[in-house]
Amino acid sequence: MPPLMSRFLSFAGLLLAVVVLNFLLIQLAPGDPVSVIVGEMGGASEEVIAAMRAEYGLDKPVVVQLAIYIGKILTGNFGFSYYFREPVLTLILDRLPATIILVMASVLISVTLGTLMGIYSARRPRGILSHLVTIFSLAGYSAPVFWTGLMLLILFASTFPIFPVSGMTNVRGTDGVVAHMLDVAHHLVLPAVTLASIYIALYSRLARASMLDVLGADYIRTARAKGLSERRVIYGHALRNGLIPVVTMVGLQMGQLMAGAVLVETVFNWPGLGRLAYESILRRDYPTLLAILFFSAMLVMVANILTDLAYARIDPRIGTRRRKRRGAKT
Amino acid sequence: MKFLRSTALAALLGAAAVGASAEETLIVGTVNTPSNLNGAIQSGIATAMVSTQIFASPLRYDANWNPQPYLAESWETSEDGLTVTLHLVEGATFHDGTPVTAEDVAFSIETVKENHPFTTMLAPVTSVDTPDDRTVVIHLSHPHPALLLAMSPVFLPVLPEHIYGEGPIRENPANLAPIGSGPFKFVEYTKGEVIRLEKNEDFFLEGYPKLDKVIFQIFSDEPNLTLAMERGDVDYAPFLSDVRTIQRLDKAEGVSITTEGGDGIGPINWLAFNTKRAPYDDKRVRQAIGYAINKDFYLNRLLGGYAHDQTGPIINSSPLSTDDVNHYDFDLAKAEELLDEAGLVPDADGTRFTMVVDYSPGSVDTGRNFVEYLRSQLRQIGIDVEARPSPDFPTWAQRVGNWDFDVTQDAVFNWGDPVIGVNRTYMSDNIRKGVIWSNTQQYSNPKVDELLTAAATETDPAKRAALYAEFQKIVVEDAPVIFLSDLPYTEAYKDGLEGLPTTIWGPAAPWDQMHWAE
Repeated sequence: MPPLMSRFLSFAGLLLAVVVLNFLLIQLAPGDPVSVIVGEMGGASEEVIAAMRAEYGLDKPVVVQLAIYIGKILTGNFGFSYYFREPVLTLILDRLPATIILVMASVLISVTLGTLMGIYSARRPRGILSHLVTIFSLAGYSAPVFWTGLMLLILFASTFPIFPVSGMTNVRGTDGVVAHMLDVAHHLVLPAVTLASIYIALYSRLARASMLDVLGADYIRTARAKGLSERRVIYGHALRNGLIPVVTMVGLQMGQLMAGAVLVETVFNWPGLGRLAYESILRRDYPTLLAILFFSAMLVMVANILTDLAYARIDPRIGTRRRKRRGAKT
Repeated sequence: MKFLRSTALAALLGAAAVGASAEETLIVGTVNTPSNLNGAIQSGIATAMVSTQIFASPLRYDANWNPQPYLAESWETSEDGLTVTLHLVEGATFHDGTPVTAEDVAFSIETVKENHPFTTMLAPVTSVDTPDDRTVVIHLSHPHPALLLAMSPVFLPVLPEHIYGEGPIRENPANLAPIGSGPFKFVEYTKGEVIRLEKNEDFFLEGYPKLDKVIFQIFSDEPNLTLAMERGDVDYAPFLSDVRTIQRLDKAEGVSITTEGGDGIGPINWLAFNTKRAPYDDKRVRQAIGYAINKDFYLNRLLGGYAHDQTGPIINSSPLSTDDVNHYDFDLAKAEELLDEAGLVPDADGTRFTMVVDYSPGSVDTGRNFVEYLRSQLRQIGIDVEARPSPDFPTWAQRVGNWDFDVTQDAVFNWGDPVIGVNRTYMSDNIRKGVIWSNTQQYSNPKVDELLTAAATETDPAKRAALYAEFQKIVVEDAPVIFLSDLPYTEAYKDGLEGLPTTIWGPAAPWDQMHWAE
């Protein structure tokens, strides 16, 4: 089988597993979407409830529901949200940009800050600042993300009202494209920093270890012997190789970022997929939740492929050989 | 600075600096995400708050339970109580410019009867005639005093038939982008985020509404909303019920709170027993628990003094409520005595039995904190309380709906007339497994059934009140439910906001009077 084909098959198999597993998992939760809608209504008659269950096909056995669902997905039909009675794809496309902006901003912040801190402490492992960096990043890593978010909210949105409390834009409206972009950026700072706080520690430790590794290598000694400035040595020679584990990690962390986004979006009222996923669980809105999980899984897989490609960019020696090894491991 | 109306100044400062404040905008903060905006097919405050701005209705109510003209300028009920005639105002139009006709009203009554979850509201309606464009004649199978309340904005939005008459109504896209004849027009709804409405320039009430824009911002939780309100990002936050939120906003700079209005909604917070499960099948056990609760502590300490006492099945602020019921004044000795009588003697370590308490998730004050209080309180009379939290609403609803509980805290709404929101809890023909907010206590008393059935069709107000008074007395005595308080529904608003909706429907009624002080 050609590598691309096998890759595609494992991709599809994995997605199917995601769909089936999640479908069954959410069925295990007590209650169903109708109980939630009736709850919001403040009660309803038996007839109304029965009619709604029949309309959603919830009166059929779970296996039949699953089969129907998979059949629909194969034709690209993700169905209607039980809660809003609106196509799930519409709901998701409405929310997707917000999550992408948030996740990308956090990756950017955590990789940049983490790497810089890592390099710094690799060069001065016993400096006061290095210890401070370690303490700070460990705190960020250990604290529950919603707590970090709340603290930042209290500090920078309430005590010192520098940043907005919630949402992605000012609902009162802004004039013009530039103002709108500034408004989004202003709203983005706290949630992005919160989400990044978990990963800064990770990347700084990783970059530090990997830089220490690389800095001891022969070719670095050669570079120094050639009389290159320390700067050139670090950023020109060492960093390229030192970054490989960091890039790997970014690819692997994609799934966790999505999980982190659920909490961060809820704390900051950020209108993304994470919050929609969380609310869909509470509403037992099966179609919406399943579609979000489906697309998240896809996003993670795509991120992994991009990681592989990035490898090859950073280090031409890594190519098919490495991929084969990784393929054998998974 | 915020509400500069002076155009000269605005011109000086440049439009960008003043932004939207040159027009009258209201930012509403809420934690409710309405699943749709059409109150004809969806009840509950999340939908009602928006639906009543977009759709007008035949009648509206004042703060003293009196019906007022709205789309109907006058109405009369026949001698025998079997027909109600509505005379519509002239010149009312829907937001798409088409006139509001008697056919639209008839269509709306039929739609609500078919689709609204509160089936008792319009059940007696047999047919609706429209002799001309401005006359609607409603025929009833028996007298139905609750009908006029059912004509309120919260229950009977008048829908344009040419929009909602096409295909199955539940699937109509106009449920998420409604067209009505109310004070505000729908602009957009970004699901779970923002709902935008704008002034209906052709509203049939001359000079109203006062606001140009109403923007609902949906928050993920009350703490987040509280912060936004404290900072002045939000102008108005209706239906707050979390005591800590209310306390904080009560103290906040430039923010006021009010509990005025909303008596029609009548949210009663109670402790309900599974009366088919021992030992709660014994009236004396239920009464004992009633005597063991110190109402004064509960209302003033636990709920911070924001909730009102509630003594029976009909909200105390309703004209149909009676004070002539047992108040279960705090009395531990009496509670012990009743438990002894019921044969529940303490064992060696003083325990009579263990009671598992469920509570509806969502409110810390009336839920978890109350159960903790109950634990320490009932310990004194030899009852061990075991709390059983539910992670979310469907979990709790599944347990209680299927009678899988001992005792649960819950809040159930009156919705104006007992026929709409009270009967369901006590009528024995509404004991339906799997249906939350039916008679989940499985309480059954033929006398109560008889009284409620008679009161539902009694057109003489004094006689009707007497029937309900007797019903209240019996239910409080039987104690299938221990009545605790109302829910402390509170509105927080930015200073300078006037004309707040303080009628019996509170914020679930048109906001055409609301405006910013000059």
